[in-house]
Amino acid sequence: MALLQRFIFLLLFMMTYQLLPCTGSILEEEFTEELLLKPLPDRKVLAHFHFQTKAPPSSSNGRHHHLFPKAISQLVQKFQVKEMELSFTQGRWSYERWGGFDPMPSNNAKPPGVELWAVFDVPQNQIDASWKNLTHTLSGLFCASINFLESSTTYSAPEWGFPPASRNLRYGTLPREAVCTENLTPWLKLLPCRDKSGLSALLDRPSIYRGFYHSQRLRLISTGPGLGGMAGIILEQTLTVVLQPNGRRTIVAHSGEAPVQPSWSMSSIFGRKVNGRCVLAKSSNVYLQFDRGLAKELKNHQNENKDSGTNNLASEDFWNNPGFELSVKPDGVFEEINGLHSESSSVLYKFSMEKYSESEPCDLSFKWKIPVVWSCKQAPLHATRFLMGSGNERGAIAISLKSTELTEGFLGANSVDDGCKVQVNIFQVVPWYVKVYFHSLRVSVDQQLKAPADVIEKIHVSPSKDKVSPGVMEMILKLPCTVKSASLSIDFDKGFLHIDEYPPDANQGFDIPSAVISFPKFHASLIFPKDDSLNESPMLSKFQQKNPVMSYTEVLLVPLTTPDFSMPYNVITITCTVFALYFGSLLNVLRRRVAEEERLLKSKAATKTNRLSLLLSKLSAKLRGKPWEPPSSPQPTSSFISSKLVLRVILVAGIAMVWQYYFS
Amino acid sequence: MEETHQRKKKKVASFWSWVVASIIFRLILIYFPKNLNLAARPEVSTPLTSLRRLAEGFWLKQSSMSPYAGSMYHGSPLLLSLLGPLTVKRIEGQPNHLFFSLLSVIADVCSAMLIRATGKKLQMAYSYSLKSLGLLTQLGSSEILSSGDIAALVYLWNPFTIVTCVGLSTSPIENLAVILCLFGACSRLVPLAAFGWVISTHLSLYPAILIIPVVFLLGYGPDAPPRKLFMKEKYSKNLDESPSEGLMQPKLPIGFSWRPVIYFVFWALLWSVYVLVLCSISLKQYGGLQEMFTSTYGFILTVEDLSPNIGALWYFFAEVFDFFRNFFLIVFHVNILVMILPLAIRLNHRPCFLAFVYIAISSMLKSYPSVGDSALYLGLLGLFVNQLADMQFSFFLFCGYVGVSLLSPVMHNLWIWRGTGNANFYFATATVYACLQTILVVESVSAMLNHDRKLRKLRVAKPEDAKS
Repeated sequence: MALLQRFIFLLLFMMTYQLLPCTGSILEEEFTEELLLKPLPDRKVLAHFHFQTKAPPSSSNGRHHHLFPKAISQLVQKFQVKEMELSFTQGRWSYERWGGFDPMPSNNAKPPGVELWAVFDVPQNQIDASWKNLTHTLSGLFCASINFLESSTTYSAPEWGFPPASRNLRYGTLPREAVCTENLTPWLKLLPCRDKSGLSALLDRPSIYRGFYHSQRLRLISTGPGLGGMAGIILEQTLTVVLQPNGRRTIVAHSGEAPVQPSWSMSSIFGRKVNGRCVLAKSSNVYLQFDRGLAKELKNHQNENKDSGTNNLASEDFWNNPGFELSVKPDGVFEEINGLHSESSSVLYKFSMEKYSESEPCDLSFKWKIPVVWSCKQAPLHATRFLMGSGNERGAIAISLKSTELTEGFLGANSVDDGCKVQVNIFQVVPWYVKVYFHSLRVSVDQQLKAPADVIEKIHVSPSKDKVSPGVMEMILKLPCTVKSASLSIDFDKGFLHIDEYPPDANQGFDIPSAVISFPKFHASLIFPKDDSLNESPMLSKFQQKNPVMSYTEVLLVPLTTPDFSMPYNVITITCTVFALYFGSLLNVLRRRVAEEERLLKSKAATKTNRLSLLLSKLSAKLRGKPWEPPSSPQPTSSFISSKLVLRVILVAGIAMVWQYYFS
Repeated sequence: MEETHQRKKKKVASFWSWVVASIIFRLILIYFPKNLNLAARPEVSTPLTSLRRLAEGFWLKQSSMSPYAGSMYHGSPLLLSLLGPLTVKRIEGQPNHLFFSLLSVIADVCSAMLIRATGKKLQMAYSYSLKSLGLLTQLGSSEILSSGDIAALVYLWNPFTIVTCVGLSTSPIENLAVILCLFGACSRLVPLAAFGWVISTHLSLYPAILIIPVVFLLGYGPDAPPRKLFMKEKYSKNLDESPSEGLMQPKLPIGFSWRPVIYFVFWALLWSVYVLVLCSISLKQYGGLQEMFTSTYGFILTVEDLSPNIGALWYFFAEVFDFFRNFFLIVFHVNILVMILPLAIRLNHRPCFLAFVYIAISSMLKSYPSVGDSALYLGLLGLFVNQLADMQFSFFLFCGYVGVSLLSPVMHNLWIWRGTGNANFYFATATVYACLQTILVVESVSAMLNHDRKLRKLRVAKPEDAKS
C-alpha cells in the first residue's frame, strides 16, 4: 500500500516537473531524508539523520536551483571545491562502547570541535588562497569561527595520511570550537523543508543538545563540470546524536541480572513525533538497526524460547519476538549479507514515513522485554593518546594501540602465518608551539622497544615552523597480527609565545588536535540485499561503500607556561635600565681622566676654544650694551654658559615659531 | 737559582696534576645517569647550541629533508656533518652521547692548553715591556704570576665550563674556535688566526667583532703598556745617549705593521670561501646558502625563539608590543656595535684585553646566551691577573656570580616545574646576571686603564728618581 502510494506520488512529482518550461534534462534535483535509530549497548540510543540533496550537472536552470541550496552551489563554483567535509562536534564518540568497526563510527564519528577538509580542483599555487576564501565563506554561512583556519599555523596539507589522499587536500581543525544552535540553524536552512516538516521536524534543540554526543556534518562531492560548465553536486548533511532515553522506570526484571534497557520512543527521546514526510523529498524513511552483537543475542534468546521457530529475526514473526516490541509495523526487514563475519549479521527494519500525516503522526517506540547485554564491534586496535611528563618545559605524546577482541578473533586465525601484518595509518597534526623532536620517536610492540625502521613502513613528516606552519606526521605501521599492544611516543618541547599570542584564558592550556588512526586493510561496510527500495537509499549505499576503518583519538590539552601578562611596561623599563647602565658606566670609564690628564687636556683645549669663547663673550657683552671686559679665569666659563643658554633658548624658540608658522 | 728551578718544576707538575684531575672529574660526571639532566637546562643549551636540536637536524637530513626545515636546528651545516653521526652512535651499556661528551672534553682541554700558550706569550710580552721601560724592579716587587697556568686552570675548573662540557652543548667547540683565533693572532700564526676567526664567526656570528683585536694583535703585537711611554723612552734615550741604556733592545713595539694584517685578510677570505663552498655542497639539494643564513644568522638577529635563558632579551621580546619589536631589535644589536669603537680607541695597545672585553660584552648582550659564553670570558679574564690585581668589587662579583648561578635554577624550577613562581622571578635573576656582567666589564676596563696610569706615573717618576 505504502509503496503504491509512494509510486503514485513520485509519478505526480515527475509529471509536474515535466510540465516546467525547461524539459531538456532528465536528471532532476533530488532530496531524500532518512533517519537511522540504533540501540547502543550502554542504555543509549543513536539517532543518525541523513539528508541528501543532489544537483545534476546541468545548466538548464541557469544559476537557479529547485531544491539545492544556492549558497552551497555558488561556493562550489567559486572555489572549485571538488570534495569537502565540515563537521561540528560536541562530545566524544566512545569507540569502546558504541563500536568502532561499523560505517557509522568510521564515517560519522568526528573529533570534537570543528573539522574541515577540502579538495580543490585548482592549480597547486592557488590552493591556499582558495582555502582561505573558503574558510571565510563557511564561517559566514555557519556562524562559526572557521575563519581561524585561515592562518597557516592551523591547517596542513597531508600527503597520504588522511583518507582522500590527494595533493590538493587541505585539512584543519579547531578543537575548542563550541557547537550550539547557532550552528545548527544555518545548517537546517540548507534543507528544502528546513525543520518545518519531515524528519528534520524531530530536531528539537533542547533534546538533541542534551545528548552525549552530537556531530553535525556537511559533505559535498562535486561530480565535475557538466554540460554547461555547472558541476553536479551531491550535498550530504548528517546529524549524529547519542541520546539517553529516560531511564527512570528501570525495571529490574530478574534480580542478579542486568536491568532491562530503558524503552524509548521518538517522542520520549526527541520530544516530538514525525508528522509525515517533507513533501519535497523523494523518499523519507526511518530505519531501526540492530547491531551484529545485538542481533545475535536476540536470535539466541529466540532459539532458547521456542526451538521449533525459525531462527531468523528478519522473518515476519518479529512481531511476537520475545526480546522487544515495536509500536509500528515495519515496512520491510532486511538482514545483512555478510561473507566475512558469518557468526552474526546486522538486521535493519524499515519504516516509510509516507503514510503519516499531521493527523496521524508516527511515534515509533521500542520496548525491551528482556535484559540483553551485547557489545559493539571494535576496530582492530583501540587507539588512545595521552601526554607524558610534567612541568611546562617539555613532555611527550604517546599513542597506544591495544588489541580488541576483533584482532584476537579475526586475526588469531591467521596467526600461524608469520607474515601476517596489520597495517595502521597514523596522521597527526601538532601546532607549532609543541616542538616535536622527530628523532626521538620510539616504538614499542608488546612492551618491547623496537627500532623504528622495523615497524614503520613509511613515514612522512613536515616539521613545524615557528609561527608559520604546524608539524605534520604521517606514518604507516606494520604490526604483527599477534600484537597485544603497541605504543609510539615522541618528545616535544613546549614553546614560549609572545603575550599577544595567548588566548584570553591562557592558563587553561592549548589543544592538540586529534590524531587520525585508520586501518586501510579493514573495510567498514554493511551490505544489505539488493532490493529496489533499499537501493534508492543514499544512506545505505553510503554504508555499502568500502571505506577504511577510521578512528579519532582524544584531543590533548597541553598547559603552556605563561609570562606575566600584567606588567609589560615594567619589563621594558627594567631591561632598558640595565642596558643604559651598561652603556653609561662603560662610556664613563672610557672617557674619565684623572687629575694630571685633565689639566693637560685643558691647556690643550684652551688654545683651540678660547678664540670662539672670546668672540661669543664679546658678542654677548655688546648685546647687553655693557663694555666688554676680558674675562678672568673663572668668569668666562659662567658667562659663556649663560650666553650659550640664551642662544639655545633663542634657537628653540625660533624653531618653534617657524614650525607654528608653517604647519598651522 | 737551583731553588727557583725546583719550584718551577714543582709548579709545572702540580699544574698537570690539576689538569688531569679536571679531566677525571668530567669523566665521572659524564658517567652519571642521564648526564645529571644538564642537557635540558636552559642555562646550558640554547636553541643554537643544543645537541638535541643538532640530532633533530641530523635526523631530518638523513631522511632527505633540509636540516633547517622546521625551526629546530639553527647551527652550521658543517657541524651537522661532523657531529651528526656522533649523536646516533651508541655503545651498549655506556652513556648515550659518550662520543660527543668525550669530544667536548677534548675541546675543553685543547682550549685550556691554547689559553695557557697565549698566556705564556702575553706574560713574556708583559715582562719584556716592563723590562724595556725599566719598571721591572719597581713593579716586580711581587713576582709576575704565570697568568697562562692560572687562566688555563680557571677555564678547566670553572663550574660553568664543566657544566657546559657535560651538558651536551656545542659551546665548547665554539669556544675552542674563538681561543684558536686569539692564540693564532698572539703567536703570529696568521692562517690559524684567520681560520679561528672564520670558524667562530660561522658558528655563532658574534665573534665577527674580534677582527679588530686580531688586526691590532697582528699589527702591534701582544699587549703592552701605552706606546707613548715607549716613545718617551726612545726620546729620552736619544737625549741621554747613555751607554747603559743601550743595553735595551732596539726593537720596540712602535708602528703598525701592515704585512701580517694583509696576510690575515687574505687568509680570512680564503677560509671563508672554503667554508662557504663546503656549506653549499652539503646543502646543495636543499635551500642552499640563502636558507642557511636566514635560519642561522637570521635566527640570531631576530630573536625568534622566546624560550627562557639567562639573557634578558627573551622576556623583553615576549612582552614588548609588536609594533616596537624591530626598533628594539636594532637598539639592542647596535648596543654591542656602538661600544666597539670607543673601546678600540682606548685599548688599542692591549688587543688581547680588548678581545676579552668584546667577548664579555657580546656574551652579555647576545640573543641566546648560555653559561658557556661566560665560561669563555671568565677563563680569558685569568690571563690578566697581573694587570687586574687592583680590580675593585672582585669579591662582590664573585659572590654575585655564585648567588645568581644558585638562584637562577631555583627560580626556573619554581616557575616552569612547580608553577608556584612567576616569570618575573626568573627574569629578575637574568637581570641581576646582566648587571653583574656589566660591573665586571666596567671594573676590568677601569682597572686596566688604572694599571696603565700607574705605569705612566712610575715611568714619569723614574727619571726623577734617577736624577735625585
